[in-house]
Amino acid sequence: MSAEAAVRVEDKLYLNRYLVDAGRAHIKVRPHTTPSPQLLSLLNVCPAHCYEMNSAGQVEITTDGCVECGTCRIIAEPSGDIEWNYPRGGYGVLFKFG
Amino acid sequence: MIEERFDAIVVGAGMAGNAAALTLARKGLKVLQLERGEYSGSKNVQGAILYSDMLEKLVPDFREDAPLERHLVEQRFWMMDDNSHTGLHYRSDEFNEERPNRYTIIRAQFDKWFSKKVQEAGAVVLCETTVLELLQDAYGKVIGVRTDRKNGQVGADVVVLAEGVSGLLGTRAGLRKTPDKSNVALAVKEMHFLPQETLEARFNLRGDEGAVIEAVGTISQGMTGMGFIYTNKESISLGIGCLVADFEKTGQTPYGLLEKFKQHPSVAALIAGSEVKEYAAHLIPEGGFKAIPQLYGDGWVVVGDAAQLNNAVHREGSNLAMTSGRIAAEAIFQIKSRREPMTKENLALYKKMLDESFVMKDLKKYRDMPDLLHIQAQNFFLTYPQLVSKAMTNFLRVDGTPKREKEKTTFRSFLAARSLTGLVGDAVRLARAWR
Repeated sequence: MSAEAAVRVEDKLYLNRYLVDAGRAHIKVRPHTTPSPQLLSLLNVCPAHCYEMNSAGQVEITTDGCVECGTCRIIAEPSGDIEWNYPRGGYGVLFKFG
Repeated sequence: MIEERFDAIVVGAGMAGNAAALTLARKGLKVLQLERGEYSGSKNVQGAILYSDMLEKLVPDFREDAPLERHLVEQRFWMMDDNSHTGLHYRSDEFNEERPNRYTIIRAQFDKWFSKKVQEAGAVVLCETTVLELLQDAYGKVIGVRTDRKNGQVGADVVVLAEGVSGLLGTRAGLRKTPDKSNVALAVKEMHFLPQETLEARFNLRGDEGAVIEAVGTISQGMTGMGFIYTNKESISLGIGCLVADFEKTGQTPYGLLEKFKQHPSVAALIAGSEVKEYAAHLIPEGGFKAIPQLYGDGWVVVGDAAQLNNAVHREGSNLAMTSGRIAAEAIFQIKSRREPMTKENLALYKKMLDESFVMKDLKKYRDMPDLLHIQAQNFFLTYPQLVSKAMTNFLRVDGTPKREKEKTTFRSFLAARSLTGLVGDAVRLARAWR
């Protein structure tokens, strides 16, 4: 666990280029009091660590570092836990190499 | 946005979309291609290996100006445990041929080149445009798309859905289901830059020669997964992918897995001192033949990753994408030439032509592989790599133990881990799925 905690994904995302569409998150978490197992799994599964738990125990998303892989959609869209869209044209991650 | 009507709209500018748009435009059709990235390639992620044969069918002289990294002369398969790897390497000077069969590429650069060919062929390529939904008439026939541009509706006789593995349009319109989490893998990847001479020395390469390492074993922590290391000209593409369902079940983090793979003693020396310049993630269709959705309907066809066309055993995705895009375009052209409408009945020609190609034949051959590897992940990705490593170390370490005793130990370790029935069963199941 300690080795994994040492991996700072933020340092990886810092290498990427993004054009953030401020105020228009392309993924939204459905308001909830207790997160579903699917939502909880996103805390670890999301490769950009976009999902975090707030102090009230609810799962929140910040899409700024999203790499648009679609994993959270596969896991949590069927259960209605999230609403998933692609960013507006031109916005989001801009891969230099891909 | 655009008042005019098109013969065809292609959604997406990856391998499948570019192949389709290029073929349609060359045949003289009026084509609009829509891409949400700032250019073709800016949203696309792959390892990446390019197979020449499938591209030659589209751009015969691609070697003249395509941005190719290295032609591959060596393939290494590694079975890894925590401290070791057992390898099967194949290297041949015959791969140093005039028209090499496989190259490494960097997708953002390659796709930009591919897109230029599409534009030269006469297609209208509109980037920075996200398609929001398919437009359907009262009977469900697809008649165009709605984009996020102002007055963003455009009509066409047929829409080619090349929207990628997580394409929204087809699923939102009810044309196919969202892929199941047990049928897609999540791969994360980094680009490691090294001085060219250092890279060539570490991988034993000269000139434009390239090498590929693909690895399974304890690196995926018992999940169905694979690590890869591809050599580019001045960089190494390094990554690891596992089934989304397995990630969900185990709670492993993708970046944690990637870091461990990089720290493995067999890997660390290869990338030592490198400068990492990008971190990417992408889904890969892994369901094979059984996961292929309906491929055509009234006014639409689906191609490439969006159609889950990926040969997971041979790790071929982009060539199936290119081929399905090209074949869909050829089918559309045939229907158009006969002056017939783009109905479901007529577009069945695409499926028929695809069935006759290597795409469907290969996927059909391996139709049972996903079930085997996904359900028995622990055995194939954890137990066997550990057993093989123990066997190798037992075989190589000289410590005065009689050889017969050593062989017995190895045999007993396999029996203890999998039992005789298990061993025979695994062998039979693997052979059957491979057949």
